[in-house]
Amino acid sequence: MPDQKFSYLLRLADNATVLSQRLSEWCGKGPALEEDMALSNVALDLLGQARFWYSYAGEIEGAGRDEDAMAFLRDAHDFRNLLLVEQPNGTYADTLARQFYFDVWHFLLLQKLTASTDPRIAAVAEKSLKEVSYHARRSGDLVVRLGDGSEQSHAMMQAALDELWMYTGEMFQPDATDEAMAAQGIAPDLASLRAPWLKHVGEVFSEATLVLPPENAWMQKGGKQGVHTEHLGYLLAEMQFLQRAYPGATW
Amino acid sequence: MNKEWPLWEIFIRSQHGLAHKHVGSLHAPDAEMAINNARDVYTRRNEGVSIWAVKASDITASSPGDKEALFEPANSKVYRHPTFFPMPEEVKNL
Repeated sequence: MPDQKFSYLLRLADNATVLSQRLSEWCGKGPALEEDMALSNVALDLLGQARFWYSYAGEIEGAGRDEDAMAFLRDAHDFRNLLLVEQPNGTYADTLARQFYFDVWHFLLLQKLTASTDPRIAAVAEKSLKEVSYHARRSGDLVVRLGDGSEQSHAMMQAALDELWMYTGEMFQPDATDEAMAAQGIAPDLASLRAPWLKHVGEVFSEATLVLPPENAWMQKGGKQGVHTEHLGYLLAEMQFLQRAYPGATW
Repeated sequence: MNKEWPLWEIFIRSQHGLAHKHVGSLHAPDAEMAINNARDVYTRRNEGVSIWAVKASDITASSPGDKEALFEPANSKVYRHPTFFPMPEEVKNL
């Protein structure tokens, strides 16, 4: 099923690309020099991963689209990223909440993908896992610092985590593509990631003196199928401007 | 209350067998985050195998005014300087 593997790879690539673009928006505006550099580094890591996934997706598609065509010449409804990663940066607490939820899931997913029956996916996952294990450690550490920090940082962190909670359900909800990938042993059963994710997130929350939002809360979905929030269009408009205005521009 | 994060001095060991070397400083709320930040600020180009973070306020430094007392006496005693020994090519990192 090359079509479904193509869709699946696009999801991996689009998650990384969109989150990378969001994090890059902090570049030069971070709350501290060290944080500015850290977020830019995470953004670069994700961009590197996106390139691997896009290249492979392009090869499977066989239509001659390279990684740039994938990233810069597709419209919002063609993107298959999670709604979580396209959410705006907001305050630093919002950015961290988004990062923490995603990092923990990303880590668990890549860990499983290293055992993929597709050797190329396994290899990229293995390489990415080293970076993502650091991302998860870093964002978790910061959630603890802010949650268990001042009264204000605690309140802001809790509010941000509550606000973004409804975008986490999509990470564990398999659709036909996910099921096809799982059946072929290419990707793990998404639902199986939920328990370890909740466990890890719950542990960090309790260390951070934060309260875990209700597990059965109503969840948003649609990103993986191309139904996005309004934010993605603006993000892509900025990200894709140069290639759209000056097709084929390089430097 | 001081809202600034404390300053940390960062030392990186570039390879096994060498000493940790001072590479610079950074701000971080605590030691763990100082290591994380050091990873981002100083080790993105394959610099080393180990990081130390030391609170800058825990370092006792000599005063520049003591320079003469501390370092001058050695200048007049050339025999203390190991410049008379030819070093074999094979000995590196000395």
